[in-house]
Formats: sequence, C-alpha cells, structure tokens
Amino acid sequence: MSATVITITSGKGGVGKTTTTANLAVALAASGARVICLDTDIGLRNLDVVMGLENRIVYDIVHVVEGTAKIKQAMIRDKRLPHLFLIPAAQTRDKSAVSPSDMVRVCNDLRPDFDFVMLDSPAGIERGFRNALAPSDKVLIITNPEVSAVRDADRIIGLVESEQKGPPSLIINRIKPDMVKRGDMLSIDDVLDVLAIDLIGIVPEDEQILVSSNRGAPVAMDEKSRAGQAFRNIARRLKGEQVPFMDLDKQDGFLARLGKLIRPGG
Amino acid sequence: MTVSVTIKGIKEGLLVIVGDGDWVEASQVLLTKLAEGGEFFQGARLVLQLNSRGLGAADLGKLRDSLGDLKINLWTVLSESSLTENAAKALGLETGLPKPAAAAGALPEIPAIIPVEDGSQAILIQHTLRSGKSVRYPGHVIVVGDVNAGAEVVAGGNIIVWGRVRGTVQAGTEGDTEAVICALDLAPTQLRIGNAIATSPKRRGKPEPEIARVRNGQIVAERWKPNEKL
Repeated sequence: MSATVITITSGKGGVGKTTTTANLAVALAASGARVICLDTDIGLRNLDVVMGLENRIVYDIVHVVEGTAKIKQAMIRDKRLPHLFLIPAAQTRDKSAVSPSDMVRVCNDLRPDFDFVMLDSPAGIERGFRNALAPSDKVLIITNPEVSAVRDADRIIGLVESEQKGPPSLIINRIKPDMVKRGDMLSIDDVLDVLAIDLIGIVPEDEQILVSSNRGAPVAMDEKSRAGQAFRNIARRLKGEQVPFMDLDKQDGFLARLGKLIRPGG
Repeated sequence: MTVSVTIKGIKEGLLVIVGDGDWVEASQVLLTKLAEGGEFFQGARLVLQLNSRGLGAADLGKLRDSLGDLKINLWTVLSESSLTENAAKALGLETGLPKPAAAAGALPEIPAIIPVEDGSQAILIQHTLRSGKSVRYPGHVIVVGDVNAGAEVVAGGNIIVWGRVRGTVQAGTEGDTEAVICALDLAPTQLRIGNAIATSPKRRGKPEPEIARVRNGQIVAERWKPNEKL
C-alpha cells in the first residue's frame, strides 16, 4: 500500500487551510485510515495548535530534513485517534530550510506506512508553496466566497496546472447561506463560474470552528457540528465514496428543531 | 564562455540544450540568457536537454527554483544519464516529451505556414488564462477560453477572445490605433488600445459579444452585429 499525498493550499491566507487539514485528517483517521499531517508552514506553524499537540513537540520537519532526527522521532501520535500522526513545522526557521526535493524525499519515506499524507501549505506562491506542492498526488484548493480569495485560488490553480499535478479539487469554506440568499455573498455557482474546477466540498460558516481551534479539538470529532459533518463528507469523497452535498438551507440541527418542538408554528 | 547553451522555441515550449562542461558555469550562462530575455520568456515551460551529463536532484532542484524566480517553469529534462533522469523524476519533472520524436537533437520544428490568404502572425491559446498568467505577443492574440481577472494579454495587433474577458487586455501596443479587442463577454478590469485606456462600466443585463476600438481618441465598445466590417 502506498499513501496518497494530499496538498491543501489556497494562495490567500486565513481562508482555512490549517483548519481543513486538521479536520480532514481527523475525519479520515476516525474512519480507520492511517493518516499523517505535515505542517509545511515553517516559521509560522499552527497545525500543531489546532490539533492540540503543541506541547508534545520535540523534533520537527527541519530536524528530519537535516538529519538530526529520524522521521519516526518527529511523528507525534494523536491521543484520541491512534492512526493519526503529525510532523510539525519548525518555528525558529524559515521556508528556505526545506527544499521541494526534501519534501519529496520525506513523503516517499512516509508513503509505505500510511494511507494519506496531508500537507498543510503556507499562504503565498513562493518557496513554502513549492515545497508543499512538489510531492503532491492530489491538490485541494480552499477558498472563501469572497472575491479576493477566489482571485488567489485562480492564480494557484494556474500554478498547479502548469506543474501538471493533475486537476485540483475545490473546497468552498465559510459559506453563509442567508448572506448568499440576500445577494451579499458570492454563491457556489459564482465561485465555480470563475474557477471552473471540480468541487469536492462546501463547508458552512460555523462559530464552533474558532472554539475548537483554540481548544485543539477539530470539529470533525463533533457529531453535531454542521461544519464537522461537511468535513466528514469531504473525507469520504477523498476515499472515493459518492456523497451528496449537504443541504445548506436546512437550519442548524438540533437546537432549531427543538425550538420548533417547543413553539410549534413559531 | 566554454559551455555551449542553446535556447530555441519548439512546439512543447522552450528547448534548452546544454553542452558538456562545468555545470555551475552552464547554469549561470543559461540563467543570464533567460534573464536578458526579460518578460519574453516569462511563463514559458522549459525542456532541458542534458545529453549524458549526470546531475543530482540538488543541482536540478536549484536550477528549477532559480528558473522559478524568472517565472519560467522547468517542465522536462531529457538526458541519457540515469542519475539525471532519476533526479528529475524525484523532483516530479517529466523525462520525455509526449510525442514519439523525443530523440535527442531530433526535435521536429513546426513548419512555417505558407499563407494562402494575405494573413498576419497570430498565436492561438486554447485554454483559460488564469490570474497571474501573462501573454505577450507582437502579432495578434486569439484565446479560446476565458481571460480571468488578474491575467493579462498584451498584443501588438488585435485580441480576440472566444470567452469572457475579466482581466487586463492591451491591443495595438506598437501604437496601432486601428487594433480591436473583441470577446463574447467583454468586462475587463482594464482595456487599452494604443495609448487609450478604459475600464468596464457596470454590466446591465446579459453579456453580449462586443468589439472595442478607438474612435476619436476614446475607446468604445459596441455590440457585435452580423455583416459588420471589423
């Protein structure tokens, strides 16, 4: 068995690359897959925090590349999911500490032992992005329903295409159905109209994301979270399942339904 | 200069043939040559022919990154050395050209077209130009696909887009005020013909094929009508 190397990237910062990486990794690992996440954002690492593994870092990816640590030493096992691992980025170095060929080598070392290698790309189109793209088998582009994020996603798609990495797939993150309805936010169709690539997921805006990121417990573990459900659906699609897209108009689950029960017709 | 570095255009992109000799010098010569070309080479994909030279992934990766700085994409490495070939594969580069005629030194040139009609030079781009992509050509430019916001097309002659124009388009850069820009849906960020500059007005209603040209020093976009002379 050899792992699929998935690169999660966006061009623009703050659209949800790290959140998506953590949640897809958790969802995949919870479904039984062996998953390892690599944070390639050297100098600005975050993935460890979002996954709640920050206090267990001893070695990082730069140690592995420079040979001061063996790859197994840098792997941090998640306490909740035994098949989930993380190799963190170095915080005290910069992107030039690792080259694209280093990344290819590290990923090739990991391939035999895992089903998925998830690479969290830094923002931008420079060295860090090149590092994250070099070993990739599948590229996931994250965007928000916002003109500047879509513009940057378009640029990134162009770069991925020119590297001949195969057609990337799109995740539209932080969509607010009521804003779309009012015409205040780009709709799914507006985004697809510009980017014209395969859509693999739509994630609704969810305040719980912020809470869970701070707490280091990705929402994909939360059965009730709508965003969590969206990430679990994407994970299933990555495994080749056909999963219909969520109905975004449906009001937020349990509480809304409870409200209706208490105040029928209200 | 003791190392020969030859650059020529082929169907697949830019072919660079590097002769024997010191690699550091050869790569320097190549980068200098490409840098001198300025924007002309930007966005090109490069086929590197190395004959029997053995190169490791580190050297090849370094060249790839330096080329990247010049906005040139190292795409394929042609080599008879297995070391070089493996290094190229490790970097995710191609090691052969898609067509059968990949034999070293025997790359087919595109035969010159003998114009039957009285035509002029144009390039045809058969894909969407995404943000960050730049096409510059002294003749006419024809795009079958969209020109997205953030992309630019600069042509000495006319620009014809069978698709939507959202980016920046500039026709008649050599001062040709007769140049036109036409598209199925013309809503560029900015449009220039000769020395005139215009932005798109806010769209009302459905997109229609339009032709933009200079009239009395101003750019005007007009709906396309059948039987109209361009």
